[in-house]
Amino acid sequence: MGHLGSGGWRRLLLLPALWSIGLAYAQSPGDAAFLSVLGELRDATYSDKAVIAERLSQTGHRSVRAVLTALMEDRLCYRNSDQKILIVQSADKDPAELIDPLTLKSAGSAPADSLAKIGTNNALRHTVRTVVAHFALSSPDPAVRLEAVRDMLRSLDEPTVALLRERLAVETNAGVKREIGNVLALATLDGSDAKARLEAVATLSHSVSQDVRNRLALLLDKSPDGSFVETDENVRRAAAAAVATIDQWRSFYSGIETLFFGLSLGSVLVLIAFGLAITFGVMGVINMAHGELMMLGAYTTYAVQMAMPGHIGLSILAAIPAAFVVAGLVGVAMERTIIQHLYGRPLETLLATFGVSLVLQQAVRSIFSAQNRSVVTPDWMSGSLQLNGALAITYNRLYTVIFTLIVFLILLAVLKRTRIGLDIRAVAQNRVMAKAMGIRTEWVDAMTFGLGSGIAGVAGVALSQLTNVGPNLGQSYIIDSFMVVVFGGVGNLWGALIGGMSMGIVNKLLEPYAGAVLAKILVLVGLILFIQTRPRGLFPQAGRAGEDK
Amino acid sequence: MDYSRKPAARARISKLLEFWNGIASRDRGGARLLAVLAAVAIASPILNQVVPPSSGLHLSAFGITLIGKYLCFGMLALAIDLIWGYCGILSLGHAAFFSLGGYAMGMYLMRQIGPRGVYGNPVLPDFMVFLNWKSLPWFWYGFNHFPFALVMIGLAPGLLALVFGWLAFRSRVTGVYFSIITQALTYALMLGFFRNDMGFGGNNGFTDFKDILGFDLHSDGTHVVLLVVTAVALAASYLACRLIVESRAGRVMCAIRDAESRTRFLGYPVESYKLWLFVFSAVVAGIAGALYVPQIGIINPSEFAPINSIEAVIWVAVGGRGTLYGAIVGAVVVNYAKTYLTGAFPEVWLYALGALFVLVTLFLPSGITGLQPAWRKNK
Amino acid sequence: MSVRNKRLYLEDLTVSFDGFKALNNLTLYVEPGELLCIIGPNGAGKTTMMDVITGKTRPNSGTAWFGDEIDLLKLSEAEIVAAGIGRKFQKPTVFEQLTVFENLELALAGTRSFLKTLRARITASQQRRIEEVLNIIGLSGQSGATARILSHGQKQWLEIGMLLMQNPELLLVDEPVAGMTPHEIERTTELLLSLAGEHSIVVVEHDMSFVRSIARRVTVLHEGQVIAEGDMDKVQKDPRVIEVYLGV
Repeated sequence: MGHLGSGGWRRLLLLPALWSIGLAYAQSPGDAAFLSVLGELRDATYSDKAVIAERLSQTGHRSVRAVLTALMEDRLCYRNSDQKILIVQSADKDPAELIDPLTLKSAGSAPADSLAKIGTNNALRHTVRTVVAHFALSSPDPAVRLEAVRDMLRSLDEPTVALLRERLAVETNAGVKREIGNVLALATLDGSDAKARLEAVATLSHSVSQDVRNRLALLLDKSPDGSFVETDENVRRAAAAAVATIDQWRSFYSGIETLFFGLSLGSVLVLIAFGLAITFGVMGVINMAHGELMMLGAYTTYAVQMAMPGHIGLSILAAIPAAFVVAGLVGVAMERTIIQHLYGRPLETLLATFGVSLVLQQAVRSIFSAQNRSVVTPDWMSGSLQLNGALAITYNRLYTVIFTLIVFLILLAVLKRTRIGLDIRAVAQNRVMAKAMGIRTEWVDAMTFGLGSGIAGVAGVALSQLTNVGPNLGQSYIIDSFMVVVFGGVGNLWGALIGGMSMGIVNKLLEPYAGAVLAKILVLVGLILFIQTRPRGLFPQAGRAGEDK
Repeated sequence: MDYSRKPAARARISKLLEFWNGIASRDRGGARLLAVLAAVAIASPILNQVVPPSSGLHLSAFGITLIGKYLCFGMLALAIDLIWGYCGILSLGHAAFFSLGGYAMGMYLMRQIGPRGVYGNPVLPDFMVFLNWKSLPWFWYGFNHFPFALVMIGLAPGLLALVFGWLAFRSRVTGVYFSIITQALTYALMLGFFRNDMGFGGNNGFTDFKDILGFDLHSDGTHVVLLVVTAVALAASYLACRLIVESRAGRVMCAIRDAESRTRFLGYPVESYKLWLFVFSAVVAGIAGALYVPQIGIINPSEFAPINSIEAVIWVAVGGRGTLYGAIVGAVVVNYAKTYLTGAFPEVWLYALGALFVLVTLFLPSGITGLQPAWRKNK
Repeated sequence: MSVRNKRLYLEDLTVSFDGFKALNNLTLYVEPGELLCIIGPNGAGKTTMMDVITGKTRPNSGTAWFGDEIDLLKLSEAEIVAAGIGRKFQKPTVFEQLTVFENLELALAGTRSFLKTLRARITASQQRRIEEVLNIIGLSGQSGATARILSHGQKQWLEIGMLLMQNPELLLVDEPVAGMTPHEIERTTELLLSLAGEHSIVVVEHDMSFVRSIARRVTVLHEGQVIAEGDMDKVQKDPRVIEVYLGV
């Protein structure tokens, strides 16, 4: 899953465009050439096969690596019936799962005895490995080159080192250059020249990779006879310092990773809390069905995905407005039929909306069944962004954080810059006055509640990418989110944002020491203590909810 | 008897009489409730033990357990109504106190199993042996003694309520804020009790109890006695709650409910009232939980689930908030409906419960007991 | 001026809310047994002054003493009540669900702790005191009625009655006749006059004819300061008063 910084970022930005292009891929003249060379493998001798592998790599076809790797691992076969060359997924499975060598897509399965293996020997495998590495090293994509370099780390020998030296001279990408430097330095560590080893250690001390660290730590070990593995004391000292430096950096990066986990967990809470901040904060309505509105959003995502099976990536984007509308409409219906009769009676509202939540849960069970539904994560959201050897950020989390910020900005704009936002704030501050000014307070109430519910639906879309979609989805996050609102101060988007993010981060910071459950309990206890000093939260506000009944 | 020589005894008796008259005249619902409880306590043993199983009037062991369960729930509802109906404190975490009482009883019952467990360890309950624990954790000490367990049944929920309530009321956390943090409290406890290393059996909780005070928990006779004890405990709790709400303190509670800051201006320490009541209510809930466990035969962390607390609040709302007896009626009615519906139409139960929440709050603010002729109009 | 033996001393009180000075170096004294009326336009600081006396608001500077012994700024709201200061709010706030009798019972001087009220029973003397107050406020006939069904004026009297139950030495009364019928105003006038002497009373009021009918001494507040003091006639002739208040 590894990808380099720049390649990864490009992927991040371009993927929505790429998958639409990918769909249009078809067989081209390059394919034909590739296939004909591939065909020669069937009956060739071992020495011929080495030449054919070289020629295959020269076609520059995008499947070269996969095919040659398969050859190396004895997974390349041809079918007895039509002599077609195929890759099998794993060498000793029966029936074998087949992969088309051209498209690299699944080609069904076949019984193992209907296939004949294309044989290899040690020498051939060795050659092919070099060819593959060479091929990968000259790939135009830096991410592929980087992966190739890392692969080579596992089987360092003279020819590979030579190959890498050769590449280093022409390599332009800084990241790949650095990686080659590291691999060469690691190779040097086995050498006899103490000075070169010392230099290698100095080079490696800039790395943050776990492999490098372990290799350096080996230098500090003693052999069974009590002497050091590394004979030169200077090298040992440098290695010890390098290990310490690497450890420091790694713990720094793992701190950042924790922070990021906290932010992404916080984002989910914030997304949910936004809706609550509007319904609870602005309207003084405690909506226990908020979690179920979120669940509706998640199921809407599922339904949209079912409706457009060929376009998983697009379906997520389409689900956002759909979920907003579905949850928003349900919210408006709730407000008109139930909540409007209960204004000023927060405890009763709480109970009635809880009733609604039960009905919604059961409705979902009746319609979609009680089983969890899994929403497919589109390609552009799966995988992770490898920032360096120690820090990787998964895309779904990254997108959640970004999405939350976007929703925040949009909401802020709606509340501060639009007419309906002005009306909402006016009614929240002084209902009677707003009414006297000619604002249709009833309509504003319905719209406000609809907005809060719609945001819950949008939060559901985000949640569908992080957890399973089931009838209990709403329950699992709702208490935390209420905590966020209480912590941040009701009716305040900034409060929800900062409250949610800090609760997420504190949670994740505590987790390594206390465990997930204890962390949650500690956060709760902390919150109760916090309310001691700030009973109205971080950002208290005066409004309908601010007044004590 | 010559009362004049014992003025204290005489005063006490006349006080009791006056109180009973008070109940009979002012609190007809309560009087009826007590009569029904007495009838249950007398009739159930007869219908189960004396009437032969072949008769249509025979009350099965299952029936006994069911009634016992309803009464325990009634007690929980009573505890909630005392603070919600009379003092305006809506706790959405009362199942936590119920469960703590239940766990305290469960710990006693677990210790009673002794060497009869699957692993046959005379001291350690099965789950501890399973987890490879070598010795009993300190907080399990003493639970082999019934009186100690009795004390803990009150102390554990009471102490939690004291600390939590002190923190919450002191900082004047009121209304929905209080409700939310009580819900978080029970949620946190649930998560905690799910953990194996908490020492309370994790996921599975406690079950496979053998006997209580030497009486076999698999025999009908024990269950009948437990039912009678539950009925008596419920009646006693009812009277205690009634005593509180009829006292001047009860009027202060109503004052707090209706105009909290005004009550403060009259010089009443509102926070201390709330705290006392909250603790008392938690203890009642704990006792209910302790009675529940030996009858049902299991206690596990799902009892802490927030929905349980909210459901209990609904029993109160359905029965009629602020009446005490209404809470008990609500608990029994709703749970009977639940037993029936989850059996006959499992799909329908949640719809029905949900609709009940909505309809009662919208159309029946004083619950089903409020539907009676308005003979208690003035109060 | 002698600064001894007053019932209440407010000296140099300043309260500011976000820079706005609700009270600005306010100095004011109340004599024992006096009935003092405070008038002033909206925002003059009348309510803020009451809030400071009852401990609801803490001043930024200045002092507030109840008699010569008690520093009000050091007491909590409940302690101030116990010290003998009762306050009647602008809006009548009685306990609507309780009966008139029970309202007065809760206001009885005496213990406030939970465990004591749990066992408290009404003694014969307390019963007499409640009946006495019922008489004073003219609600003897409604003793068993729920407070919710009382008229607006009756609620105001009940609230004054609740203050009387505590036998306060100082009564703070906020706009007692707002929204009352002429007949009710007349009754209220009688009630307050009958209470003066035994209690010190501070009345905040807008209704000038009502003030004229009860006040022996009037203090005019404006922008958080006292701008005039004296009997009604003197105050009404004061040019500043006419400018800021009466003339409008």
